[in-house]
Amino acid sequence: MSTLAQIRLAWRLLARDYRAGEITMIAAAIIVAVAAVTTVGFFTDRVQRVLEGEANRLLGADLIISDSRPLDPELQREASRRGLAAAEVIRFPSMVVLGERTVLTDVRAVTPGYPLRGELRIAERLFGPDRVAGSIPARGSVWVDERLHTSLDLQAGARIGLGNSAFTVGGVLTHEPGVELGFLSGQPRLLLSAEDLAATGLVQPASRVRYRLQLAGPSVAVDAYRDWARSRLRPGTRIEGVRDARPEVRSALERAEKYLNLAALTSVLLAAVAIALSARRYLQRHLDGCAVMRCLGASQALIMRLYVAHFTVLGALAAAAGIAVGAGAQAVLVAWLGQVVAVTLPAASLQPAAHGAAVGWLLLLGFALPPLMSLAHVPTLRVLRRELGMPRRRGLAAHVLGAGVIAVMILWRAQELRLGVTVLGWFAAATACACALTWALLRAAGALRGHGVSWRFGVANLRRRTLGTILQVVALAMGIMALLTLTVIHNDLLRTWRESLPRNAPNRFVVNIQPDQVAAIGRFFSERQLAAPELFPMVRGRLVEIGGRGVKADDYEEERARRLVTREFNLSWADHPQADNRVVAGLWWERAPGQAGQFSVEKGLADALGIRLGDSLTFDIAGTPVTANVTSLRTVDWDSFNVNFFVVAPPGLLEKYPATYVTSFHLEGGQVELLNALVQAFPNIVLIDVAQVLSQVRRMLDHAALGVQFVFLFTLAAGLVVLYAAVASTQDERLYQATIMRTLGASRAQISRAHLAEFGLTGAAAGLVAAAGASGLAYFIAHRFLHLAYAPDPSVWLIGVGGGALGVAAAGYLGTRQVLAAPPLKVLRAIG
Amino acid sequence: MPKSRARTILKASGITKQVTTGNTELTILSGVSFEVGAGEAVAIVGVSGSGKSTLLGLLAGLDTPSAGLVDIDGQALFALDEDGRAALRGQMLGFVFQSFQLLPAMTALENVMLPLELAGAIDPQAPAQAMLARVGLGDRLHHYPKQLSGGEQQRVAIARAFVTRPKLLFADEPTGNLDTATGGQVIDLLFELNRESGTTLLLVTHDEAITGRCDRVLRLAAGRLADNA
Repeated sequence: MSTLAQIRLAWRLLARDYRAGEITMIAAAIIVAVAAVTTVGFFTDRVQRVLEGEANRLLGADLIISDSRPLDPELQREASRRGLAAAEVIRFPSMVVLGERTVLTDVRAVTPGYPLRGELRIAERLFGPDRVAGSIPARGSVWVDERLHTSLDLQAGARIGLGNSAFTVGGVLTHEPGVELGFLSGQPRLLLSAEDLAATGLVQPASRVRYRLQLAGPSVAVDAYRDWARSRLRPGTRIEGVRDARPEVRSALERAEKYLNLAALTSVLLAAVAIALSARRYLQRHLDGCAVMRCLGASQALIMRLYVAHFTVLGALAAAAGIAVGAGAQAVLVAWLGQVVAVTLPAASLQPAAHGAAVGWLLLLGFALPPLMSLAHVPTLRVLRRELGMPRRRGLAAHVLGAGVIAVMILWRAQELRLGVTVLGWFAAATACACALTWALLRAAGALRGHGVSWRFGVANLRRRTLGTILQVVALAMGIMALLTLTVIHNDLLRTWRESLPRNAPNRFVVNIQPDQVAAIGRFFSERQLAAPELFPMVRGRLVEIGGRGVKADDYEEERARRLVTREFNLSWADHPQADNRVVAGLWWERAPGQAGQFSVEKGLADALGIRLGDSLTFDIAGTPVTANVTSLRTVDWDSFNVNFFVVAPPGLLEKYPATYVTSFHLEGGQVELLNALVQAFPNIVLIDVAQVLSQVRRMLDHAALGVQFVFLFTLAAGLVVLYAAVASTQDERLYQATIMRTLGASRAQISRAHLAEFGLTGAAAGLVAAAGASGLAYFIAHRFLHLAYAPDPSVWLIGVGGGALGVAAAGYLGTRQVLAAPPLKVLRAIG
Repeated sequence: MPKSRARTILKASGITKQVTTGNTELTILSGVSFEVGAGEAVAIVGVSGSGKSTLLGLLAGLDTPSAGLVDIDGQALFALDEDGRAALRGQMLGFVFQSFQLLPAMTALENVMLPLELAGAIDPQAPAQAMLARVGLGDRLHHYPKQLSGGEQQRVAIARAFVTRPKLLFADEPTGNLDTATGGQVIDLLFELNRESGTTLLLVTHDEAITGRCDRVLRLAAGRLADNA
């Protein structure tokens, strides 16, 4: 038989199977898995960029290149060649003069287009209503921030001196993207047009000037530009994107990414279960056919080739359909997100489609082909003796391959080896626990025998094929678990996640509070019947040694690490760790007291700088070296917007150095008088408004949560396919038995009750296992991935067991009811 | 033995089949030897458990004997491996089973086309259609097995068996699942086709109506050939 003839025959076999509904489930499972992966691909590929785009609005650009010397003009020329928008910022400290008063100010001269992402907001008067500026200051005028305004006590239309020029104050800057990035070291700010800069005469060769090039454009172009620029930057030139700059944004984005990948992975795992179940059923239904084909002269090799070709074609068609569904889904998503955010989505790339197709093939390879391959080995004698089945040992290789494929897929989708291995371990452990639990439940069900013939028959049926029942219950449990996770736990978890940024999260920071003002600040708040915010001491110091070795920026590859070691750290001291801090290594000093020379270091910082528990750190604080050992590492919930420190010491180590205090509090919309009063009472303090940043981070979280919900719809679909496949997998056998029972005189009602008992028990057991699994999964996601404190809702157990029993019983009852109505002979004949 | 001078198409020598169940060894067939001439119709009869179906399976190369040889048209069957025997079945043998063994996912026409397709025929449809018309099912081509009566299903199975023009046709209780009247029609058809195509027929049956139409009857009792009439 020629290859072409074989392919033609395989195609005809596929068409016949399709028409007879034999491959619907396998195809549906592949379609769901591929669609889920493809949609998540589009999410991470497109919607993720929307999220990043919003994050970039915080930074003011997609990418920032900066240096203390004028930047190489080639950098800007290349950017415009690549179609990137660019704006320049020249930043330097200078005295601003009004009459006899002078204030050291952070001056920024900007070119039109600044900022490239996000917007400047200005108000006509101090603490007055603000609006989007829509431009940069006109020539001859400047915008000043609240602090400069207060320091100089400016009146409307005032003229101030800057170098050789005088400017009219045209507005109060209330929001400027990127400025909050270093807010703890903030000075009063002033913005002017770069065209006015030369006339001031302030930028001289020896001046302390920072030159910045802001860039923005499609993310592919930005990424490509970043790669191009990296190799051309001279020492001292920095390049950064938003992920380098903001820990809270980075953690929000990474959480969303992890959650999305996890959702897709769950769909794929469920699809694998559905495919394995469907393939098993397919195998059982095709044993006779293959025996007949062998009898009619087909060789084992021919049957194997036919089925490989058959399922190759099936895989291709189902994957194509899955990609089409994924593409359709993301089109819906785009339209829907378009109503939520006014951001143009970048075009989709082909990569998610390729990933989706690969997943479809892997699933078929791992879960459908191995059992089907054993079709070639069906004993030909089965045509005469129906009881001859498959040699059992062939199953083992199939399971090993399936497990291998799952492992590969988890490692691939998790995109991080450690995470992948963890998920894999949990999955294996969970499956083993589910099997053990089911086995125990089956044993317990034995005690329930003896309540009427139907019940006894139902229970006996479950116990008779223990292994089959365990597999079915575990498969059903996975389906129900997906549903529980989607409905009960998922909403709970999402709410917890969104509430990780509470409505009353601090939106104002106060820095530069002097030690002698600490008590007065407390009184200021209590006199106004407001809770006094907690004040944290802060000492500035430069990290000079880790483990006795000098620290140099050149020792580090990563830009974030290089930047961290060149900056001054804000060090603090405290008795107790803050509520949003968690000690992950070592012990906090409360539990290891008696020594002042200790540091607790934030885990991310320690990882970036290669600091290990037990290392000694030396900081240069006002010219004095201060050395202590790292005795604990902490994770910090940066997106809580509380005041937090990378490095904290116990009381007693840092008090003798010059310190200022910092605090944060939540200010409701209409409380601007409070700010006026605070600034008047304490003229030296710096007040920083992070309300804008906060609302943008909150919006990002909301969008990420919407995206995750959308992707979970596929998990839901995969769960339903599994449920269906699990119920259908033993349908033939059940029907056959029921028919025999009917020929022996059992009434339809008796058989229906037996089925209800069997399906109900199966569903309840699966629901119990699923509730345990869903609670475990939620705990796992919350603690290991999202780092959230979360306690699952106990109603999960009730819904799981009750819903499982009712749902599976109903599905099973509906599935068998119609055929039970037919005469037994017809059923026997249909089943063959 | 009316056709004893015909060319021998099947020769069984000393066929023995033993199976081990637990610790006991069971002899199902013991030293069965006989020959069948081309064009003959031979019935194998015996009580349940006498080894009829086992013998049929061995003669068709669906299973291997513990001892003994089978030659089909001069070819030593067990000198071939399983795939070789499958190829030989495809070229020379046809089968009709008690439980019909039609593929449920295929229509009547597709079931009949299948052996031709497996043999790589260029146009399997025309001969399959003609054969179905010959068995009186020209108007049921696109029906699935479950839409056909038992007699109709067996006629499809007969069409499938004859469509490759086999030299030797094995039938295992072909009327076992049918009522007497339908069984009679099916047997008529089987013998008509046998006559038309010159096929050799080897049947396992309980049905006296069938044995009476055969050229020869082989009686099996406790795994041995009791009477080579």
